Amino acid sequence: MTQLGARPAAGTRVHQPGETAVRVGPVSGRVRWRQVVVALAAAVAVVLLGAVSLGRGDFPIGLADVLRTLVGLGEDTQEFIVLQLRAPRIVVGALVGLALGVAGALFQTSARNPLASPDVLGITQGASAGAVAAIVLGGTAGGGSVLGGIGVPLAALLGALVTGLLLLLLAWRRGIDGYRMVLIGIALWAVGAALVDWLLTRAEIHDAASAYVWITGSLNARTWAEAVPLLVALAVLLPAALATSRTLAVVQFGDDTARGLGVRLVPTQALVVLVAVALTAAAVAAAGPISYVALVVPQVAIRLTRGPRPPLLASGLLGAALVVGADLLTRTVLPQALPVGVLTAAVGAPFLLWLLVRGRRRSTL
Amino acid sequence: MTSTVPRTGTVRLAAESVNLAYDDRVVVRDLDLQLTDGSFTAIVGPNGCGKSTLLRALGRLLRPVEGQVLLDGRAISRTPTREVARVLGLLPQTPVAPEGLTVGDLVARGRHPHQSWLRQWSRDDEAAVAEALTWTDMADLADRPVDELSGGQRQRAWISMALAQGTDLLLLDEPTTYLDLSHQIDVLELVARLHAERGRTVVVVLHDLNLAARYAHRLVAMDDGRLVASGPPEEVLTEQLLADVFDLEARIVPDPVAGTPMVVPVRRLR
Amino acid sequence: MSSSTDAALRRQGPGGLGGPQGTAPQRGALLHQRRTRLLGLLLLLVLVVVAATLSIAVGSRGIGPGAVWQALTDPGVPTEETVIVRELRVPRTALGLVVGLSLGVAGALAQGHTRNPLGDPGLLGVTAGASLGVVLAIHLLGIGTPAGYVWFAFAGALLGTVLVFALGSAGRGGASPVTLALAGAALSALFYALVRAILVSDTDSLDAFRFWVVGALAGRGADIAWQVAPFIVVGLLLALVNAPALDLLGLGEDVARGLGQRVWPARLVGLAAVTLLCGAATAACGPIAFVGLIVPHVVRAFTGPAHRWLVPCSGLLGAALLLLADVIGRVVVRPGELQVGIVLALIGAPFFIALIRRRRLAST
Repeated sequence: MTQLGARPAAGTRVHQPGETAVRVGPVSGRVRWRQVVVALAAAVAVVLLGAVSLGRGDFPIGLADVLRTLVGLGEDTQEFIVLQLRAPRIVVGALVGLALGVAGALFQTSARNPLASPDVLGITQGASAGAVAAIVLGGTAGGGSVLGGIGVPLAALLGALVTGLLLLLLAWRRGIDGYRMVLIGIALWAVGAALVDWLLTRAEIHDAASAYVWITGSLNARTWAEAVPLLVALAVLLPAALATSRTLAVVQFGDDTARGLGVRLVPTQALVVLVAVALTAAAVAAAGPISYVALVVPQVAIRLTRGPRPPLLASGLLGAALVVGADLLTRTVLPQALPVGVLTAAVGAPFLLWLLVRGRRRSTL
Repeated sequence: MTSTVPRTGTVRLAAESVNLAYDDRVVVRDLDLQLTDGSFTAIVGPNGCGKSTLLRALGRLLRPVEGQVLLDGRAISRTPTREVARVLGLLPQTPVAPEGLTVGDLVARGRHPHQSWLRQWSRDDEAAVAEALTWTDMADLADRPVDELSGGQRQRAWISMALAQGTDLLLLDEPTTYLDLSHQIDVLELVARLHAERGRTVVVVLHDLNLAARYAHRLVAMDDGRLVASGPPEEVLTEQLLADVFDLEARIVPDPVAGTPMVVPVRRLR
Repeated sequence: MSSSTDAALRRQGPGGLGGPQGTAPQRGALLHQRRTRLLGLLLLLVLVVVAATLSIAVGSRGIGPGAVWQALTDPGVPTEETVIVRELRVPRTALGLVVGLSLGVAGALAQGHTRNPLGDPGLLGVTAGASLGVVLAIHLLGIGTPAGYVWFAFAGALLGTVLVFALGSAGRGGASPVTLALAGAALSALFYALVRAILVSDTDSLDAFRFWVVGALAGRGADIAWQVAPFIVVGLLLALVNAPALDLLGLGEDVARGLGQRVWPARLVGLAAVTLLCGAATAACGPIAFVGLIVPHVVRAFTGPAHRWLVPCSGLLGAALLLLADVIGRVVVRPGELQVGIVLALIGAPFFIALIRRRRLAST
């Protein structure tokens, strides 16, 4: 038995294998190598897929030419295609995937529920409702309405933010309970879906068709005008998300234990949900609701890193890889240029089902 | 891990005329309780008497409807959560550990109140975790996921976390429920050592009267939200109290091993 | 037997264990409960009749009660008004009754079997499967009327439910509310992805589909009701047979087996009933959410957890709710109409949210 204050026996292993303590002056932290490796691999995947994507499409451009164009020495047509058409599309795709991956990880950790994602919680439906309203009411049906004037992305943003705030307010009852949040999210999802369906029946068929494409989530015709605001939003929100990471680790323990360890639950959970909602809103405003990224990617990340919770940065980078990869597939391999949202669902859903069938992880709901 | 209050008979944690309620249902009425430094107190009582509720209020998890809880003389609700977490540690009744979490990670979490954004894993943290693991004999299991452990080992892991938290006070809510007897003894022996060797102030909610009498130095008996008796086990555990509070006719005999009072039930009254 | 089950169920109810009671108070309590249930049943029947009456009498086109009565009773010269009443409103009311009944009963069964107060059959892949069936019918076969794609919707709904159950039970540990919900979500995602893939490129199909997917009683016609009626009848029979078994299953599978109830046959019958009822309802009217979810909760307030009462009463309240929602939809945006699916979502969601907040459903 150890006496009071005695040093632990030499060789007492505190760290898990694959972990290193890092100390520089007063700053200290732990590095988990698995997370680092996964994140780096995902980042590399994004770059590679992006590079390939720049060269593929209706006008194939060789890698050497792509590099030349990036440096500024390419032909005019190639420069246009690469820098004005494809690059912004890929960048938007990567940023959207990043935002959705992180948002999904935040939701799932704070709700302690693998089903909690902005899709299930109704936030993307709210964004869709806003966007469809803008398209339908501002289009040929009722030109000049307020919603039509402010534009589709802004309407989507507002829709997402309003739904997110509603979720937060309705789920709050002396604190935020993850289970209750998921349930209320399902109700909001149903309302949003009903609104979207109803608006689609009220529209002229052309408006309905373009609205339908939008709510499927697409990277078509995305330019730097969409990429830049998204970049700015991420520059603000991503550090905020990473800052909550330390406290999130404790929140996962259950309310009582977390409070016992000195975590102020209500401000923490409110902040996490707000950041996650904002990330989703920014992503949806840029590219429409690309479904299943936020649900599937954190679950993949958690199984790759074998941790107790989805790592934020790795989830984001995996999301970016998924979206860029899906976009590459839709533009090259598939006969029709389908919106990328179709492919992420087609990939994500079987993966989720496979996870279920393998079923090693218990899920608390 | 050092406290700023001298270790004498000072009152560390106190409930003053506390009323506790869930929604509109009053669970604890007008309760006064004082816990002195270095004491080992067990709260006992029949199901639904409010003992867990009282513990939660003492642990700042439940706000009293009336009255107040004082930690080192200060109202606990007005003390920042982080400060409280450095002095008071709480082990709830069914603690939830995320799936895939290892023992080492769990114990490391206990250092959270001492860490900050910059200082996430200092030498003190590492030493505290190592010591906690060694002291609870969990060092060999540091890599194992918590949910793969047996019930007794899991409780040890949670106590290890509370130990790493380095608090002077430790509140445990029914730490022996669902454990078989050998593990119950194991856990209580550990807690007793924490109290004796590390000088922690311990408050435990227990449903087993005999174990409570054996390990605790002071028993607090509750019934229907009120404090009915308080004092050493010999004084509190009387046949009259058992009849009044627990509806039990029983004999009290000295425990042949520990000498403390032991309840031998005869039959249910009423 | 039934009264002892009742007593057992009451003792199981919320609020802790019942202590030993004298037989007289127990009998009195049972009588009181029976009285409450009968009263509730009576009220529900009245409600259904009122709803049906309103559904025939009220509409986006105002028709006086005298004209309505004449349309129903007098087989004489058909006027525009009698045509509306006889050809449009009566079939619509009949459809609403049948579909509402199905959805209410299916919801009560689903919640009972999954032991999940939030078990909505729509989450189990019925809606997504039906949608896929309809889209394939429209896109591949060019069918344009709801009556035409009823069978495809039905087939899709069946496929969806079967797949969700198979996948939700395939992992270790078998079917649980969690795995079923996840399987339902994943399969719905897959089906909807296929739906979207088709509709994004085929605008004509979108044009037809968007009106079906809203969930409406209008424009369906009497022939649809006849087409799905056999399945609904079979489903209702199965449900009524299954209800007493649910009472025993609700005590836990082990206890149920100990009392002589065979578990898996009961579950299969329940699943068949839910699939038939929900599939037929969705095939006829499109996806209608919330009825199956809300109605059992409201009914449970006076029937208690006994499924022998809960299931039929849920059916009645489902019928009443659907008809009332349809009436509201006809009245609120005159001369146009708001589809019943929308009205239900707009009413249902706040009610659902209030339910969640009040019940304090907390995780561990």
